[in-house]
Amino acid sequence: MTVDPCEQCEELLQGYLDRELTEVEVRVAESHLDGCDYCRRRYRFEVNLRRYVRTTAAERIPPGLLEKLEQLRNEGFAY
Amino acid sequence: MGDAEPDTRSRLIASEARDRVRFEEEALDFADQVYRVARRLVGTSEEAEDLVQETYARAFRSWRSFTPGTNMRAWLLRILTNLNVDRGRRKQRGPDFQPLEEGDYYLANRLAQVAGEEVLDQERVVERLSQDGIVDALADLPHEYRDTVVLVDIGEFSYAEAAQILDVPIGTVMSRLHRGRRRLKQLLAEEAAS
Repeated sequence: MTVDPCEQCEELLQGYLDRELTEVEVRVAESHLDGCDYCRRRYRFEVNLRRYVRTTAAERIPPGLLEKLEQLRNEGFAY
Repeated sequence: MGDAEPDTRSRLIASEARDRVRFEEEALDFADQVYRVARRLVGTSEEAEDLVQETYARAFRSWRSFTPGTNMRAWLLRILTNLNVDRGRRKQRGPDFQPLEEGDYYLANRLAQVAGEEVLDQERVVERLSQDGIVDALADLPHEYRDTVVLVDIGEFSYAEAAQILDVPIGTVMSRLHRGRRRLKQLLAEEAAS
């Protein structure tokens, strides 16, 4: 059973990662990260994970789809 | 009603045509980003293509209901997510469930257990997770979580934009995001450990 020493910081760090914290919360998060090696490692991991998920799960628009969308635009003009 | 009326009318028609073209150009500029989100909301690339085409067909028809200067990307995604719900396209592999929740650090902790705490300092540690594993884990999320996680983490929408798109309060976005990401990490940890 892993005991998480910084459970209360987890949620704050998610908001920090999303840039959705208030100024006061940002200061709390940053001062915690400054002093906590455990959270700092996990914060870096989360940053990398977010980036990795975003780039891995992103598929480019298939060839031809943009032309089909252009076509829909022209059809609209017909009536 | 004077002699000037036909002139005024043709000017209005010309100005409306220009507005419409501008709207369409702007909407098409977002096609790549709209597809990227659509692709992760549905099971196959064919479904995603259909959904994006239906979205643009509807957007082009109802272009007058878009207020210029407001958030076009969110407006398009609102149409897309509504169409997706209307058509019952979401493939749900079973009823919604409340998964046993692990903390936000669960995946990091599991990887630290396997490879040592210091390994978390390396950027490449996440690359232990396969592309298929990530795609499958996203697809396995209960749909309400998935919509939110995909909009924020793949589409890079803010909490407020996601709330607007899904027509739910911002607090709901935050809790779905929170639980969805935790579930995602649990699924990824299972994959990493297997």
